[in-house]
Amino acid sequence: MPGPKGSGIFNAFMSWWGHYPVTQFAVLIGLLAIFWAMGSNTVQTMHRLGITPGFGFLHQSANFAIGESLIAYAPSDTFGRAALAGLLNTIAIALSGCVLATVVGVSLGIARLSGNFLLAGLVRWYVEVVRNTPLLLQLFFWSAVTHAFPAPRQAFNPFGVIFLSNRGISVPSLRVEGLSISAVVLSILIVFAAALSLARYRTGKPIERIGPWGVVFLALLGFVVAFLFGGAQANIDVPALRGFNITGGLNLTPEFAALLIGLVVNSSATIAEIVRSGIQSVPAGQWEAARSLGLQPGKIMRLVILPQALRVIIPLMTSSYLDLTKNSSLAVAIGFPDLVSVLNTTANQSGQVLEALAIIVVSYLTLNLAVSAIMNRYNQRIESRGFLPR
Amino acid sequence: MRTENGRHRVWRATAAAGLVAIATLFANGVQAGPTLDKIKERGTIKVGVGTSPGFFAPDSNGKWQGFFVEFGRALAITVFNDPDKVEFTSSSPQQRLPALQSGEFDILLSGVTQTVTRAFKLGFHFGPTIFYDGQGLLVNKSLGVTKGSELDGATIGVQSGTTGELNIADFFRKTGHKFTPVTIEDSNEFLKALESGRVDALTQDASDLALRRTLLAKPDDYVLLPERLSKEPLAPAIAAGDDRWLEIVNWTVYATIQAEEFGITKDNVDTFLNSEDPAISRFLGTDPSLGEAIGLDPKFAYNIVKTLGNYGEIFDRTIGKGSPVGFERGYNQPWTQGGLLYSPPFR
Amino acid sequence: MNSAVDPLARKMKWRQIWQKWLYGLFGTPLNTLITVFVVALLFWTVPSLLRWLFLDATWTGSAKDCASNTGACWAFIGAKLRFILFALYPPELDWRPTLVIGLLASLLVITGTPKFWTRHLVYLWIGVVILMWMLMAGTLVGPKVPTSRWGGLALTLLISVVGFACAFPIAILLALARRSKMGGLRTLSILFIETVRGVPMIAILYVAMLLVPMMLPAGFSPDALVRAQIGLTLFVAAYLAEVIRAGLQSVPHGQAEAASALGFGYWHIVRLIVLPQALRAVIPALVNLAIGILLNSTLVAVIGIFDLLNAAKNAANDPVWLGFYDESYIFVGLIYFSLCYSASRYSLWLERHLRAVKS
Repeated sequence: MPGPKGSGIFNAFMSWWGHYPVTQFAVLIGLLAIFWAMGSNTVQTMHRLGITPGFGFLHQSANFAIGESLIAYAPSDTFGRAALAGLLNTIAIALSGCVLATVVGVSLGIARLSGNFLLAGLVRWYVEVVRNTPLLLQLFFWSAVTHAFPAPRQAFNPFGVIFLSNRGISVPSLRVEGLSISAVVLSILIVFAAALSLARYRTGKPIERIGPWGVVFLALLGFVVAFLFGGAQANIDVPALRGFNITGGLNLTPEFAALLIGLVVNSSATIAEIVRSGIQSVPAGQWEAARSLGLQPGKIMRLVILPQALRVIIPLMTSSYLDLTKNSSLAVAIGFPDLVSVLNTTANQSGQVLEALAIIVVSYLTLNLAVSAIMNRYNQRIESRGFLPR
Repeated sequence: MRTENGRHRVWRATAAAGLVAIATLFANGVQAGPTLDKIKERGTIKVGVGTSPGFFAPDSNGKWQGFFVEFGRALAITVFNDPDKVEFTSSSPQQRLPALQSGEFDILLSGVTQTVTRAFKLGFHFGPTIFYDGQGLLVNKSLGVTKGSELDGATIGVQSGTTGELNIADFFRKTGHKFTPVTIEDSNEFLKALESGRVDALTQDASDLALRRTLLAKPDDYVLLPERLSKEPLAPAIAAGDDRWLEIVNWTVYATIQAEEFGITKDNVDTFLNSEDPAISRFLGTDPSLGEAIGLDPKFAYNIVKTLGNYGEIFDRTIGKGSPVGFERGYNQPWTQGGLLYSPPFR
Repeated sequence: MNSAVDPLARKMKWRQIWQKWLYGLFGTPLNTLITVFVVALLFWTVPSLLRWLFLDATWTGSAKDCASNTGACWAFIGAKLRFILFALYPPELDWRPTLVIGLLASLLVITGTPKFWTRHLVYLWIGVVILMWMLMAGTLVGPKVPTSRWGGLALTLLISVVGFACAFPIAILLALARRSKMGGLRTLSILFIETVRGVPMIAILYVAMLLVPMMLPAGFSPDALVRAQIGLTLFVAAYLAEVIRAGLQSVPHGQAEAASALGFGYWHIVRLIVLPQALRAVIPALVNLAIGILLNSTLVAVIGIFDLLNAAKNAANDPVWLGFYDESYIFVGLIYFSLCYSASRYSLWLERHLRAVKS
């Protein structure tokens, strides 16, 4: 009989819905009506201008070039692929930014508390200047700095294989040929399956979770397996000056570098403050107790203070990471082709403003949710265990 | 009782505040209708411009100056007989087309290239070309490059949101060569990229490049290649669907061109008022029949020339020999002198 | 007696401080290394910077004088000061933005003084914000100035302060809704807050600039600055709501329950008991957010509004004074820095002051 059960759900819903049910409904309906009116207006406007609403334009040829991309992209490719290239650039900058900002920020936070007044004072002013000037201005500055390096023909060339010029940094890279994606995916899957079953065989019960390092290790192992058995070959690609540019190897462009440095510097100042307040939140008695046990200062920090400070630090770090990810959209000002920059051009050349903006909003929301989710998981583990993960 | 009253009062206050807020928001808006009515009701013309010295830049007093700006003023004279009844808003190349699309401006005078895509797919109408340009390449002399096709493998600075972005991709596809674009929105960053050697070349409308060359610390180290990668007719753009507004724009521009063809200038315009030439008296509105037909001040051409001068004078004052920019007229001369400027007859 | 002891004691004290310094700088090999490195860094950068900034700088004259000199061109700032502060505003009406900046400064000083924290402050804010906007627009005393001509420091301060002020009531409602037991409103509030916080401010400005006019019936769109201001306000509201929510959480439940038992209604409790405590608890976060808004307001430049940073950039775009970007940027950088730095200092002072008052 569905009757009682249905009313149970209904009751549960109504108690969740709470007081003033009608007023709430009216507000909801009102908002929906406004959105609907706005939507239909937009469609009308687009029709008036002769633009077809919808995402069909993503299949059209983009016809503009993108400076750097993690995937192969040519002007004859579609708008959709251009957007994907932009999205990957954004993810690349956000990921490397978060990692570097953490490293720099934590070091600065500790340096600020060091006994060396000169260093502490310098860090203090660094933090103050960075936190009290607009990021956009800082990005202009870093862009100028990366442009101040010598031209490719006069590149700074240590060891003959690394090139440092205003075209960026070029380092030798390992180029693997003949490695198909399906082989990689397959071997990673096989490695994971093998590891899980091995663990089950050894311990007699299923593994509940694999730590992040475990995942990284297994994935790398998968790569190696694919490489060994997939018939691929590797050679080292050394950059060299050919024609106008330094070609070959792995190149980090100045725009990427300027944006990365700008974001890292900006976030590291915030993180330094977070780390400082986190460390200061640990009672002084802990230092004294650890010192009386004869621990080295470095070890005290690593084993006693930081693990406790992390409980204060992690939630604040999360918002720093989210800010960094969102701030990467300023790339448009200094010429790094991130998601916003590429979709701006797309909107401009195709006229599909609404769709381009929708892609931007949804992408950033997804990225942010992902970062939040990862950090929440990490935070929960810190909270429950009370010390650093191994 | 007391709580209920309090609650109602708050609700009522909120609702009232909301209504007032909405009313003030829309107070700035005007009812739908043809552009001209909108403009007349508002009392000013909204013009979108760019930021590039000589073409459009605010001076120390915050007053907009430049070649395209003068045409905005001319338009204000046509509509209001007052060169100041015009509002200029700067808009980056990436923003300007969507902004016009959304009705942000009545007209874009920011050096927009007339293209078929923009006409049909993006829904714009274009007035007469007011500046004939072509996409050029500005390169460092030390590279020893004389032709665009020698730039295989080069890194090239492109300003985002322009036709230049598409042309350069086309050019390299045509020649089968490769290049790396550095797409920059900020005009200052754009120039710095070349100066620092971050890029081997900049590509952009040749006039713009010639201008930027003068801004470099060592202009003589750089050369603007004579080759033109594209045709760039820069024209006023308006949103599609308002023929009358388009015609007003058309004839305002033609008035400056026609005046130069007649040899009418700011200084001598009054001497033409008694001209026996019927074409000139029609043009200057001493014969009112023409003005009545188009429903504007019959003396609009006279007013424009009297206040701003003819096309040649505007050019000279803002970007020509009489300005720090110092451009040659090139194609931008009346057809009678071998240029491309050609006004249909005022008849 | 005393006169004999004092110098000795002072000497001892100085020696202690000196030793502490000495240890800090050279106590361990690592510290020595750091010290040497830092000193070398300073020696490498500071002299040439000082030379450019002051010794070789041009203080008066024209662009030509500057070009013949190797140092900074501060004469440029002298010539462009008006433009950087007020940008496109009609020069004959400069008294208006000047008055607006003055009004704002006094408003902020009054707001910063705990003595004035009463209900009247709210009315003062509402009054001053409306007055400032009307003053700039020329609603009260003509001539009217369209928003496309507002700019510079006046505009930056105006949109930041107005954004903050208008976001406040919205943020309070959002924070209350997010904590309420009404599922529908709570969901809406969470949806709004998390969406806005999840996207970059640039995206919100693009929506305000490009999409809003398409969404409204043709010709009904408010002007660009108003749209940017609404965008900024909503953006701030989402962040502010979270700050206020944290404040609300810090107020013990018992207080609201006690007030409720005494027969106070919901809004009375919120207004008289919960909010004042909640806001007091989050003052440092509020100041931080205010600093963030001021710095983030530079993004309105991407939609063509002449805020302080954009005005500085365009000042160097005038054919007469071309290319003095460095000076321009340094100058406005200093303005931003002094505003934000004093705000953060103030926040620290206030924290200490409030703690002292409490105990």
